[in-house]
Amino acid sequence: MAASQLINASLQPILDGDRLALARLITQVENGTPQGRLALSQLFPATGRAHLIGVTGPPGTGKSSLVNQLARYYRQPADGEAPRRVGIVAVDPSSPFTGGAILGDRVRMRDLAGDPGVFIRSMASRGSLGGLARATAGVVQALDAAGFELILIETVGAGQAEVDIASLAHTTLVVEAPGMGDDIQAIKAGILEIADILVVNKADRPGAEATERALRGMLQLGHPTPHVFRHHGQLERVFPGEEEPAAELKPAGETPLWIPPILRTVATEGTGVPELAQAIARHVCHLRETGDWQRRERTRLQSELDSLLQESLVNRWRGSVSEASYHQVLQDLVERQISPWRAVSILLDGGV
Amino acid sequence: MADRKIRVLVAKPGLDGHDRGAKVVARALRDAGMEVIYTGLRQTPEMIAEAALQEDVDAVGLSILSGAHMVLVPRVLELLKANGQENVKVFVGGIIPDDDAPRLLEQGVTGVYGPGAMTDVIVRDIRQSCAVEPVK
Repeated sequence: MAASQLINASLQPILDGDRLALARLITQVENGTPQGRLALSQLFPATGRAHLIGVTGPPGTGKSSLVNQLARYYRQPADGEAPRRVGIVAVDPSSPFTGGAILGDRVRMRDLAGDPGVFIRSMASRGSLGGLARATAGVVQALDAAGFELILIETVGAGQAEVDIASLAHTTLVVEAPGMGDDIQAIKAGILEIADILVVNKADRPGAEATERALRGMLQLGHPTPHVFRHHGQLERVFPGEEEPAAELKPAGETPLWIPPILRTVATEGTGVPELAQAIARHVCHLRETGDWQRRERTRLQSELDSLLQESLVNRWRGSVSEASYHQVLQDLVERQISPWRAVSILLDGGV
Repeated sequence: MADRKIRVLVAKPGLDGHDRGAKVVARALRDAGMEVIYTGLRQTPEMIAEAALQEDVDAVGLSILSGAHMVLVPRVLELLKANGQENVKVFVGGIIPDDDAPRLLEQGVTGVYGPGAMTDVIVRDIRQSCAVEPVK
């Protein structure tokens, strides 16, 4: 492969599928070491091949179980499809006090043990608030370079604002479960915007119907009844959330709108998982046909560039101001001798 | 910015279903600032070694109350070594008869803890044994 010829020989084991080398590279990336950064830079030409699928939603809705089932499906897909190699990155929160974490997503993924076509890595969020860790994008790149064709990225249990996954993944699944009551409305408003596919998991439980209805209702508000003209000029109304409206109701040559489908699953039993995989496949087709794939790639890389820039600028600035000077300014601020804005301006000018 | 955390896999090999001790230890390690990968009940040594590899952990904690420790622990050690992870420290907790503890330590286990062990001691031992960056 042309790309791999440009890559430093020491990284060849990663490209060849050496799992220990990959695991150690991921640690370097996660810890933000210079070696990790260098390796990722050199591996970059070998990335960009994987389909990145984000899985997000409130805690306890069954994200890990669903990831487990999806990975199982992709390893043994319906007839006629080749099994694909699946990388999984599962993020759980770090304690804001001790920095420690319990990473428990593997508990639900035991079905995948022993399959060399699957690689699971747990990550702690390490202080990031967007539902992912700062290094998640880098870890995903490492898996991509190592040849995993599908990468499932499971966020921390997400409420309203943890939407970083949308700028990392090509396809974002938002997983809900029945029994969320009235506050379902409040939760939806933030998270619905990023869903490419909505999943009502635990659909065998009472209330699945109501949850689906609530989602459908919110979708209709979120996508104010898009109108599409068919070729004979008749006005067609697309009802958001209905089964496969997009492809059939839109004439060729116009950019069809993707309307997030709502699927019901029972992840513990695998019910609805093939249908979910089909919806994901349809979304990829949609992205490719409309050129949205390229647009998302651009956005993805832009958001990564911006966050790396910010991080680097902060680090560079830290190098330019002494610790003592920083604490002096902080002390002046605490004593209210200067304002926060004044403090910033002093520190940006090199400190006191 | 470089930010290294001690990563520990806490696993329950074998068939006993008592994971309270494993959870108490996992929680104590979390509160000590470590990242604990918890894998749940009824893991085979193969599953444990594979998880330790993918997660690139510094230490593995095994909780065994079934009496099968003299079979399960050596097997985990063997698999870790076969995977190139001989640097990973292995700790064993649970019901381990006094006669067996030295035999486990001889085989390469770093620490053995029975009922009543203080979590502070476990935390300290893991910190000390993982303080040196393993050769990579």
